[in-house]
Amino acid sequence: MTRQSIGMFSNQGEMPSSDHIVTSFDQEITSLNEMIARMGGQVEAGFAGAIEALTKRNSEIATRTIARDVEVDQLEEAINDAVINMLVRRQPMADDLRFVFSSLKIAGDLERIGDHAKNIAKRSITLNNLPRIEPVGSVPRMGRAVQRRIKDVLDAFNERNATKALAVWESDPEIDNMYNSLFRETLTYMAEDPRSITGCTHLLFIAKNIERIGDHATNIAEVAYFLITGEKIEGGRPRGDLDETSSYTTPTERTDAKA
Amino acid sequence: MSLAETEGTAPVQAGQAAQAAGEAKMTARDANVYYGDAQALKHVDLDIGTNEVTSLIGPSGCGKSTFLRCLNRMNDVIDGCRVKGDIRLDEEDIYHPSLDVVQLRARVGMVFQKPNPFPKSIYENIVYGPRIHGMVHNKGDMDEIVESSLRRAGLWEEAKDRLEQPGTGLSGGQQQRLCIARAIAVNPEVILMDEPCSALDPIATSRIEELIDELRQNFTIVIVTHSMQQAARVSQRTAFFHLGILVEVGPTEEIFTNPKDKRTQDYITGRFG
Repeated sequence: MTRQSIGMFSNQGEMPSSDHIVTSFDQEITSLNEMIARMGGQVEAGFAGAIEALTKRNSEIATRTIARDVEVDQLEEAINDAVINMLVRRQPMADDLRFVFSSLKIAGDLERIGDHAKNIAKRSITLNNLPRIEPVGSVPRMGRAVQRRIKDVLDAFNERNATKALAVWESDPEIDNMYNSLFRETLTYMAEDPRSITGCTHLLFIAKNIERIGDHATNIAEVAYFLITGEKIEGGRPRGDLDETSSYTTPTERTDAKA
Repeated sequence: MSLAETEGTAPVQAGQAAQAAGEAKMTARDANVYYGDAQALKHVDLDIGTNEVTSLIGPSGCGKSTFLRCLNRMNDVIDGCRVKGDIRLDEEDIYHPSLDVVQLRARVGMVFQKPNPFPKSIYENIVYGPRIHGMVHNKGDMDEIVESSLRRAGLWEEAKDRLEQPGTGLSGGQQQRLCIARAIAVNPEVILMDEPCSALDPIATSRIEELIDELRQNFTIVIVTHSMQQAARVSQRTAFFHLGILVEVGPTEEIFTNPKDKRTQDYITGRFG
């Protein structure tokens, strides 16, 4: 049976309104919003620090970044508690329900991003103790692209901007492609100079961490879009690892594909 | 209704066999209700799906109970109440002058907010309806209808040893299930429920909600409720009324996660001023 709707109303671009009959519910919503914003800020700074520690070969920044992750984890705990509390006490409906659900999901993704950033920082300390390897130069570009996506998706969430969320979601293949080319570059480098294998392997893990962070930004984009519109994004996720340039494809397969 | 039709406990009735679940059992088109000069219901178009639970929600005075009472002409008994519009059961106009209202109310039964068993035995509460509709002719018929109705209302185990005791001696939740048993004893096609759980504790409420879900297999149910959680739990479709207008109707899950109208959203999220 089709949906009948008689009113004129669009969810698009709406901020959470602050006019519940129960004002303490409004305060809880505001507070949850602030916690997400703070966690987002922490995670952005952590990731930026990890990339900086790597490119500037600065282990001190790396150590600070690793320490910062504790606060991210605490914020996730606090958000989980707030969400459970609101579900139990308020039984949120409609946009409130979507907001509470989204907060829980986004906090989970932010926590994962924080973990990946911490891993990058740890590996950068190891790399800083090894001779500099060439492919490191490609990492900041990939890092910057992913940083921009995190910033954009958090902005989309804060501004309740579905168009922006969708733009982030659609840009994921760009990151996948950067990862794939970095993967191949690193393999070549290792083949040329076996002494670089230790460093290059760490670097590959770092690139994978960055690529995963990009995926979490995509998750957040999906959740933000659902929060704002009440709809799921149509169609499958855009992916950059299905063609012959993918790191999942072996050189033989690539040759076969071309032949 | 002939004896042959009512014998046995086969749940499927002639009127329902023709419809698949979800197809319209009842339809309202441009339904308007006036109490004297005041218009309580304005231009309501709504389909009630077969073998579905449709919940009607909205603030007090929004017209949801008024609409419910249109469906079996309970508004007829209110002085100064006029109903205009086209309301049909199985495509038959229920406000047609030739229509027998008593027969209509046998097909469209009702359960009220406060349990209201007759001040008679449990047994008599059940057989009263079938007897006045000429559906039972001997003790055997009556025993059978009492057992089958109480079983379908989930009350048989609790009531079978006290059938001759007054219905009013049961607990509130049991009384409400007795009222549901009484409503289904005449084999209706549609059951209207006007806040059936508002006088019950949470356990009794859960029993009724479980029962509503079971009854949906054989009956079409329309329920008015002030509890949005209840509407979300028991119904497949939800209709939101406000100021006598049907604002929005849709699948229950969508109404509660992504309402399309701002008034619906404001009401279900607790933002009404």
